[in-house]
Amino acid sequence: MSEHIVPVRVYVTIFLVLLVGTALTVLAAFHDFHYQIGTLSLNAIIALTIAVTKATFVVLYFMHVRYSIRLVWVIVTSALFWMAIMFALTFADYWSRGWLPVGY
Amino acid sequence: MSHAASESIHGHPALQHHFENMEQQREAGTLGMWVFLVTEIMFFGGMFLAYTLYRSSYPAAFASASNHLDITLGAVNTGVLILSSFTMAMGVYFTQVGKTRPQIFALVMTLILGLTFLGIKAVEYKAKYDDRLIPGQLIRSAPFGPAVAHEGDHDPHKLHLLPGATVKQVELFYWIYFAMTGMHALHMIIGAGLLTFLIIFSIKERYGPEYHSPVEVIGLYWHFVDIVWIFLFPLLYLLGRHFEHL
Repeated sequence: MSEHIVPVRVYVTIFLVLLVGTALTVLAAFHDFHYQIGTLSLNAIIALTIAVTKATFVVLYFMHVRYSIRLVWVIVTSALFWMAIMFALTFADYWSRGWLPVGY
Repeated sequence: MSHAASESIHGHPALQHHFENMEQQREAGTLGMWVFLVTEIMFFGGMFLAYTLYRSSYPAAFASASNHLDITLGAVNTGVLILSSFTMAMGVYFTQVGKTRPQIFALVMTLILGLTFLGIKAVEYKAKYDDRLIPGQLIRSAPFGPAVAHEGDHDPHKLHLLPGATVKQVELFYWIYFAMTGMHALHMIIGAGLLTFLIIFSIKERYGPEYHSPVEVIGLYWHFVDIVWIFLFPLLYLLGRHFEHL
């Protein structure tokens, strides 16, 4: 069979990376980085970057996507694509609501 | 692949008649699970969208409410869930290499860790109940009741509101908190049921190197639930912390 069996040391490595990521995100949360872009603080950007990194490791190794057939890649990407559409269109609406002068 | 090995794969009792061989069946199963997970991603995505929208609208209220959550219990639960994902991955590994006893052990560990997570979550919910931080009208003396809401920015229930936050906005945070963590907990409960099913059939030695799709597919589900928590933990528990000194 052509199935790829992920070696144990890869699982252990990913597990340790996830634990370190959790520790980092807690440490970063107690430090105020004093930087804002609108309502998005640098703290939020750091926390989300760590979360996305952790999720990527889980998807690629624990969920075997790195070793999966192309069609699985297409389906995983489609989820991100539809999520992006949902966020983009909703925020395009909310952000632009105040642009019209009162009375329109 | 030798002719004999090919025979044994084609003749596997778990092979459904509409598949050519076990490998095709396994790939189809994995693919189907991923399509289901996409619908799950969109389902949770809607709630993450609601969170993002209202957090950007009411940052002070979200920071105030976030500071009520127990960061230690949240962090411990994150560790518990990551460890359970690791044991689940090991369960898949031991099934693939055909070691039944370690396979059962890994699955039982995953189940125990999942139940531990739910137990800690229950302790947190109890604390929120004791502090009367349940949104809605179910608990009469709640700070979110109609009588209190009309007082605007007053803080008779020790909500520790930051400047610019109102009681109703804090209630909105708790609606989102309970909806998201509640749906996540429901997924954990379903996952625990699926794991029990896997453990029973692992003891019956149903799964092995040639047939392990159920272990792999339920593993995918379990890791997905872990990923949801990887986002919930920083968004709900951590992102208000640095406002504490305001």
